[in-house]
Amino acid sequence: MQEEIIMAGTGGQGIMIMGQLLAHAALLEGRNVVWLPSYGPEARGGTADCTVMVSEEEIGSPVSANPNTLIGMHQLLFDRFQPDVKPDGLLMVNTSLIEGCALGDDCKVLSIPANEVAESHMGSVRVANMVMLGAYVAASGVVSMESVIAALPEVLPPHRHKFISLNDKALRKGAEFANLD
Amino acid sequence: MKGNEALVRGAIAAECRAFFGYPITPQNEVPEYMSQYMPDAGGVFIQAESEVAAINMVYGAASAGIRAMTSSSSPGVSLKMEGLSYIAGAQLPCVVANVQRGGPGLGNIAPAQGDYFQAVKGGGHGDYRLLVLAPWSVQEMHDLTVLAFNLADKYRNPAMILSDAIIGQMLEAVELPDKVENCIPQKPWAANGAKGRGRNYITSLYIAPETLERINLDIQAKYRQARKHEVRYQEFMVDDADIVLVAYGCMARICRTAMKLSREKGCKVGLFRPISLFPFPSERLAELAAAGKRFMVVELSAGQMVEDVRLSVNGAAEVDFYGRLGGIVPSPVEIMEQVVR
Repeated sequence: MQEEIIMAGTGGQGIMIMGQLLAHAALLEGRNVVWLPSYGPEARGGTADCTVMVSEEEIGSPVSANPNTLIGMHQLLFDRFQPDVKPDGLLMVNTSLIEGCALGDDCKVLSIPANEVAESHMGSVRVANMVMLGAYVAASGVVSMESVIAALPEVLPPHRHKFISLNDKALRKGAEFANLD
Repeated sequence: MKGNEALVRGAIAAECRAFFGYPITPQNEVPEYMSQYMPDAGGVFIQAESEVAAINMVYGAASAGIRAMTSSSSPGVSLKMEGLSYIAGAQLPCVVANVQRGGPGLGNIAPAQGDYFQAVKGGGHGDYRLLVLAPWSVQEMHDLTVLAFNLADKYRNPAMILSDAIIGQMLEAVELPDKVENCIPQKPWAANGAKGRGRNYITSLYIAPETLERINLDIQAKYRQARKHEVRYQEFMVDDADIVLVAYGCMARICRTAMKLSREKGCKVGLFRPISLFPFPSERLAELAAAGKRFMVVELSAGQMVEDVRLSVNGAAEVDFYGRLGGIVPSPVEIMEQVVR
């Protein structure tokens, strides 16, 4: 079984780092993994998305037409990718910035106001990405939370290591929102 | 690590000790990581004032017998063509990486394969070729860069890594060997100080036509040797296939999944992946054509490599083409639908 996840939002939301964390965590667990970014020339704003594939087998195409999971962080790309998600897939919706999620046929939907959660519980909207990733990891079980936490020092550059504990807490807070019902 | 970083690690392992570059997306990680690793390796890193300056710095370093390289993306590589022609004319080894993006012109920063003609047919003026290798994984960004340096030295000719925004930007696991096989020959021709010997003179200027013809024949003889010894390719499920997909780089990866999807639909599909684009694996394609295979070439271009496939099979097989342009990347499903149709 190959897990294909698209994370989509705008520049500055930390979309790439979410995907890289998941990819490194899967690598730590000895799985095959590919991370592929897509972004515009803008440093802030514009669109940003990345694809992560996790598999026990060797991975062919790094490009996914029908992901199992879409983690939507912003309305911009959410509308574009939502119809592509596999019928029995998982839609994760950051309701702080996305409204009007047309429910997929049989898709499971996990709605989290990630910006508000990050702001009120963590004191920084900038870890909204970690809240969503934490929820995804807990809901899907694709990798263990321990692997994601262990990947933090590898993915964050040394001058950002002072934020590891904040990211750690945001990931764990996100996991509390993983109930699908 | 990212493909672009793996390329840098390969170059450092290959004892490349001079890098000259100029920023352009999607290859910016190459100079970024070079600036990190090259000083520790005791080499030279210079961010040049332009692509033209960078390739001519490579010309200088290569003249001195140093393993040297530059990297860029499509529009920047176009600017290096004059320099590459001079380096090929002067018969010097060097490596150039092209992490292709959308064109023509300034195009965009999305993945494309529109520079195939430029890479394999020479690119600059005069009768020369680049030795062109096309990685399809982050691992090959490392391994083929090492090979490119060895081939460049072996044939005293520029070698090119023809990559793209997908292979350059994606993250995969890589195994970095403790030691790579570096075949660095003696370079008695190098202009590295004439202590105790006569001077060495490196040029691509030969006024007398007789001399220049002889130089050209020497260069062509090298390409004949390369065609004999340096053809590299990989095949997947070709034996029982009715249709063989032909693709390189990122498209070969996508086609591998498309092949699997097509087989699930009951279509006997195989995949042929040229690794060396020059020299091109013509003989093997001709064999497959003689064995009754049909071909479908898939590229992120309007149809460039497909011309070499058609030349290879020389009318002996049907050769279809499917391509997307401008940075659009077809999914495995899209290609499968083309095949099954």
